[in-house]
Amino acid sequence: MALNKVTAKTANKAGGESEDIDHFLKTEGLDSNREKEIGQHIGYRYDVNLVPDYDRLTPFLKTYMETMGWDDLNWLEDVHMGYEEHRAAVFDRNINGWVTVPEDMELPNNQQDRDMIARELLIKFQMSKRHPMVDLRKAYAKFD
Amino acid sequence: MAQLEHSQEMGMHTEQLRGRTQQTFFSPIEDENFTYPWAYEVNFNKRAELDASDMSATEINLKLRDLMKSGHGTIVLKNPRARHGVAVGILNKLNLIVEGSLGYFGCGLVDGPNIRISGRVGWSCAENMMAGTVVIEKNAGSTFGAAMRGGDLVCKGDVGARAGIDMKGGTLIIGGRAGAFCGFMMQRGRMVILGDAGINLGDSMYDGTIYVGGKIADLGVDAVPAEMTDLDKAWLDRKLSQYGLKTPNGVGKMQKIVAGKQLWNYDNLEPTEKKLVL
Repeated sequence: MALNKVTAKTANKAGGESEDIDHFLKTEGLDSNREKEIGQHIGYRYDVNLVPDYDRLTPFLKTYMETMGWDDLNWLEDVHMGYEEHRAAVFDRNINGWVTVPEDMELPNNQQDRDMIARELLIKFQMSKRHPMVDLRKAYAKFD
Repeated sequence: MAQLEHSQEMGMHTEQLRGRTQQTFFSPIEDENFTYPWAYEVNFNKRAELDASDMSATEINLKLRDLMKSGHGTIVLKNPRARHGVAVGILNKLNLIVEGSLGYFGCGLVDGPNIRISGRVGWSCAENMMAGTVVIEKNAGSTFGAAMRGGDLVCKGDVGARAGIDMKGGTLIIGGRAGAFCGFMMQRGRMVILGDAGINLGDSMYDGTIYVGGKIADLGVDAVPAEMTDLDKAWLDRKLSQYGLKTPNGVGKMQKIVAGKQLWNYDNLEPTEKKLVL
């Protein structure tokens, strides 16, 4: 119970100064002086200090952890749902770009649940045969 | 040269990248795949032993690749004799057990494997690690986990200076003491030091979190104390128990260090020395 309380508090912080978790979906999201100055939201720094709540793992993520032989989310602990141009999205380090969450996907009103959706989406993207890295690897890999 | 021609044939030097959204590449409802498309199909129950006594580092790495190609998911590497650059570039799920010590740059650029090393490691162990777990039973040298991006990197003993320098993600756990400038220019991820931390801890860190169980000699520029939350404590309990580690006074008494975030606007301050204003 205590965890949920902390989660909710941090989730608000994760959405910026606003108490509204949809702040970045409803506004320009240019909150800090720095963001106003450059005219661009600094988009991937969503409360990186928020550690994951493992009670909120999705079934897909549990299967992924079992497949890899990991006891936890491993590198996905740093993945959070962000926002690009008023749309929910997850940042892919390999392509250095955003993968947007499908518009018809309903977003839960909790940052931890949103982060789990982002993690699942990112895994599906990175392990897809249509990920851009597959073509890059064909072009540049030194080994089979 | 052949690679360059190949990439030009694929249009990679003429393609115009527009926008940042990549959703056109991908449908979230397509078949589920839990490993990279190019990863070898390995079975954790298929085990092999590799005696590296008379092998060069390159030969060891190529042999590891061959064993994964033939489906071996558990490999025991014997007698590595502290060679440099061993077990690098493994982009596969794998259980790798190293019986002995590694030299410089061991386990660099790995993405996925679980590696356990019974001895020590030299400089820059697991540099640029992307995912997986690397556990060292004894001590590690300087720049431990430099620029790591993800995964769990654990040294049960002491580590040298600048552990986690330029760290961009993942979890770095140090069972003993850590040297000077650990977490220097840290950008993301978590560092856990169960013993004492050296001078200039977290100097110029941009983001991320450092937890310290022992004494901190000195905080670096823009590293500031923060409040431990219940979620922090639960996460630390869980993470440390995975590796059989404990902090002497309990996680509740650990110190949490984060970025003061004054350096985020450093480009505005460039004409001025940052220490004049911080």
